[in-house]
Amino acid sequence: MVDAPAAGAGAPAVGVLALQGDVAENLAMLRHAGARATPVRRPSDLDGLDGILVPGGESTTIGKLAAMYGLLEPLRERLAAGLAAFGTCAGAILLARGAVLHDGRPSDQPLLGGLDMVARRNAFGRQIASFEADVDVAGVDGGPMRAVFIRAPWFEELGADVRVLAAVETPLGARVVVARRGRVLASAFHPELTHDDRLHRLFVGIASTPT
Amino acid sequence: MGRPVAGRPRRTQVSTVSEQTAPIHGSDRVKRGMADMLKGGVIMDVVTAEQAVVAERAGAVAVMALERVPADIRAHGGVARMSDPDVVEAIMRAVSVPVMAKVRIGHFVEAQVLQAVGVDYVDESEVLTPADEAHHCDKHAFTVPFVCGATNLGEALRRIGEGAAMIRSKGEAGTGNVVEAVRHMRAITGGIRHLSRLAPEERYAAAKELGAPADLVAEVAETGRLPVVLFTAGGIATPADAALMMQLGADGVFVGSGIFKSADPAGRARAIVEATTYFDAPEVVAKVSRGLGEAMAGIEMGTLGDADRLAGRGW
Repeated sequence: MVDAPAAGAGAPAVGVLALQGDVAENLAMLRHAGARATPVRRPSDLDGLDGILVPGGESTTIGKLAAMYGLLEPLRERLAAGLAAFGTCAGAILLARGAVLHDGRPSDQPLLGGLDMVARRNAFGRQIASFEADVDVAGVDGGPMRAVFIRAPWFEELGADVRVLAAVETPLGARVVVARRGRVLASAFHPELTHDDRLHRLFVGIASTPT
Repeated sequence: MGRPVAGRPRRTQVSTVSEQTAPIHGSDRVKRGMADMLKGGVIMDVVTAEQAVVAERAGAVAVMALERVPADIRAHGGVARMSDPDVVEAIMRAVSVPVMAKVRIGHFVEAQVLQAVGVDYVDESEVLTPADEAHHCDKHAFTVPFVCGATNLGEALRRIGEGAAMIRSKGEAGTGNVVEAVRHMRAITGGIRHLSRLAPEERYAAAKELGAPADLVAEVAETGRLPVVLFTAGGIATPADAALMMQLGADGVFVGSGIFKSADPAGRARAIVEATTYFDAPEVVAKVSRGLGEAMAGIEMGTLGDADRLAGRGW
């Protein structure tokens, strides 16, 4: 794991897409992890960013607002140009190439893309199936993370260059819950809910490394 | 379900060996975390699957399934109860956003039914006719999380003590009048500010005055906020109402009768969503407030008798 630099002049500038969801927790976690973190609600907020975090929330709502307020295309362009990105839960869905509903029907919603994978929404079930468990994440030292899954997705149809960092056992077999390709990281669970900032530090490390 | 796995699901350069701890469902963290994901969003009352689709397309973060919106409950009278499970299930099938549904205060069997149906959140609501005049549901006993209304800090902390994972200020549902929502939000946030100024030894008397658990009073005094998400409800009818409540400290907004009792439900729903996200940007609130047509007519508080006030329900 790359150590995050102390926040200051050399700290990476990381935006948190702040349209809906658990924005405040992620801003606090990024600052704790050494980034200069700012909310992003307008295209001009993207200027000068080294990375973007797309938080948990409702992926359909975040996608619609991003489309309405002119953020979809600028974000897609920057992701294509190598902007570092970290999506948690709904944010991970938005960073996927495609999204399907729980039962596999296509989900007609705006996505940012960036990760060659398909996110299956609410894959573990509705809220009564939401859970917490210890999950080991490859590349994250110091023991397993306490992972909180809220109506969480899992990731399917991963491209050849997408690395699996964590998976959980389900009745259908092992399913991917943390994935990374280059500068883009996606987690189906919410590290910001347990105040374990190791994944945020990994991301800040990615964002502070030149493209 | 969701047991961490040793090994790896497909070819990859890294191994993913995990602890074999059993997954835990329905913990406080899982229940409260669900509400965290709704923050900054609008939850809309719907009575049919068609309305649920309109709400989802407008950007609702969740929908609240109920038999009649509060304005119709006021108009028609009678006992207001949990919705028919068929209607709730039809709404669950129609949308991909979370679905909430209401139960009567203290009616823990209605809550058991909704948990069995699989709703994502239960609202133990004063908008329905109370089933128990002394006790609320023991919400710790459920896997499904609960949201409850509150008019002040003591009421909010009593509900959290009973296991509520989310609080909404009550306001006065079905009136289209935001004045009570403002009163209740100010009472809750003002109560929190008051607690945070107290010396530690003064918190015990404060807990007694509030009628609230002392450990929760101490926690709120230390952190300066509720330990759960705080939404607002009851009388929000316009984009400016929603932005007002957000500026007063709400984490998000419930809109009941205000949308489907207005002239243009889809347009108004979308405008309220935008005003909730950009609540501190007056130019956006101005833009989305234009051309929405008639808001719901609304009721002036002075014309409501005590018996018609729903916010007084809850103990």
